[in-house]
Amino acid sequence: MAIEVRIPTILRSYTGGAKVVEGAGDTLADLLTDLDSRHAGLRGRLVTEAGALHRFVNVYVNDEDVRFLGALDAKLSDGDSVTILPAVAGGAFGFAAAAAISSHSAAAAAISSHSAATAVAAR
Amino acid sequence: MHVLSIDRSIIDAIVAHARRDHPDEACGVVAGAVGSDTPTRHIPMDNAARSMTFYEFDSMEHLRVWREMDDRDEEPVVIYHSHTATEAYPSRTDVSFAGEPGAHYLLVSTREPDSEEIRSFRIVDGVVTEEPVQIVEAGIDPHAVQSYMFGQSPATVDYECSGR
Repeated sequence: MAIEVRIPTILRSYTGGAKVVEGAGDTLADLLTDLDSRHAGLRGRLVTEAGALHRFVNVYVNDEDVRFLGALDAKLSDGDSVTILPAVAGGAFGFAAAAAISSHSAAAAAISSHSAATAVAAR
Repeated sequence: MHVLSIDRSIIDAIVAHARRDHPDEACGVVAGAVGSDTPTRHIPMDNAARSMTFYEFDSMEHLRVWREMDDRDEEPVVIYHSHTATEAYPSRTDVSFAGEPGAHYLLVSTREPDSEEIRSFRIVDGVVTEEPVQIVEAGIDPHAVQSYMFGQSPATVDYECSGR
């Protein structure tokens, strides 16, 4: 029962520098709990305190973004490949993003609503 | 001290991309061989946010491009985006979301219609460090190099040209 997980540079401090680690689990949530037992702290960089996937971390199962597969409930099978990529994002909009380092979810919510607003305005 | 050394033709392509998407922010990557610190392959990316004040790579394009770099033993040497009404300096948002500690973060400001401000930064653990941008005129003479070092404020632009 092994699922290959590709770790981005910025999170390799949790995996002893390893680019690829293996884990197990029937869902993404199970997999992250399993990984956290060997790579303590990794889960906290991906999942908010409220128990949701961080807005600005992209997780893929094989070729699919997990947001389209049920996020943390995404089903996994032996042999799947999971890829983690921190979102590449930013911009001049300087709202309280400094707080994002400590409480990522608040800033994420602010950006989501901002993006939605500009999307509506663009129509 | 780090320096971003980049070919004139790539800078021109990045500026053209930023101008094309203005007033929305433009974003993209310049890939280079792993460990080379040399940007060689310009990859303009979609700004999924389509915003004048925010950019975000499309998640599927992001995966595709990162896999392609992996397959070619490349890494993102430069990650660039434009600010369309403010200076080319990382905002707090940029610093918060900077997730590639090995990359040069290149910013282009298109707020002036006739000139661009181009500056490069390292962003590691929330700390921003500006570095000079060395534009290599490969098409003319590979040894002829112009160095630009922009000061912290656009009002005090330092310019030096080192002919060898």
